Amino acid sequence: MAVLRSVAAFACGLVFSLGLILGGMLDPARVLAFLDVAGVWNPALMFVLGGAVCVAFAGVRLARHLKRPMLDEAFALPTATRIDAPLVLGSCLFGLGWGMAGFCPGPAVASVGAGVWQGCVFTAAMLAGMLVFERVKPAG
Amino acid sequence: MMAQYGPSLAGGVLIGLACSAYLLFDGRIAGISGIMGRVLAGRQIWPGAALLAGLMVGPGVWRLLTGLWPAVHVQASWPVLVVSGFVVGFGTRMGSGCTSGHGVMGLARLSPRSLVAVGCFLGTGVLVATVFHLAGWR
Repeated sequence: MAVLRSVAAFACGLVFSLGLILGGMLDPARVLAFLDVAGVWNPALMFVLGGAVCVAFAGVRLARHLKRPMLDEAFALPTATRIDAPLVLGSCLFGLGWGMAGFCPGPAVASVGAGVWQGCVFTAAMLAGMLVFERVKPAG
Repeated sequence: MMAQYGPSLAGGVLIGLACSAYLLFDGRIAGISGIMGRVLAGRQIWPGAALLAGLMVGPGVWRLLTGLWPAVHVQASWPVLVVSGFVVGFGTRMGSGCTSGHGVMGLARLSPRSLVAVGCFLGTGVLVATVFHLAGWR
């Protein structure tokens, strides 16, 4: 079952990646054309995110009918509900980096697989940022 | 309009299908930053690492299917890449998610936390990208 879980996860990652590529989200120039409202604005990303959320919404509704996921004993879903300072500050920091270079985590990892050196530099720095957070985050 | 944005919508549908399948089969949220953080900390490596591997082989599979590598145009210089990568890594862990975990799955689950997170990173992202353009930093 553990092997099947990883096989399924690999397939999900692959389809996710092909979706990013087809949607043009792997290209930071297109991402910035969406975020930069002073340039030639490109709304394409709204269609990517909108399409993804609508389909995922159906998936979430479907999952509510399952007692447990098909390949595991139980669902492992986020339980936090409090809107707190780390959520807001962390998300704003993410937006800062996203707006600077046009990379967010998924496309950055996929661009490593495309052999793009800038994606490798960004991803290495991103891993460093994640590791530093692990070291400084409050316990709990 | 469909000719122009059809591929974007189709790409979004594929992403939504992948996230739905990960929830239905593995019972987990397909949030890339969260998966990376847990793998890095050694807290939970599988099946997340397999999802990341699939994400990385995507461009190669795309090349096999279409004969072309996906377009990736990066305007940022390497110092900008280092700084932006670092704050994206730190920020997504601090904020418990990124475009996939909060943006796709969080909104699909109607999570108020994710709605706030998306407002924050989208708002800041628009502000920073626009300021960088107007100031000529890009």
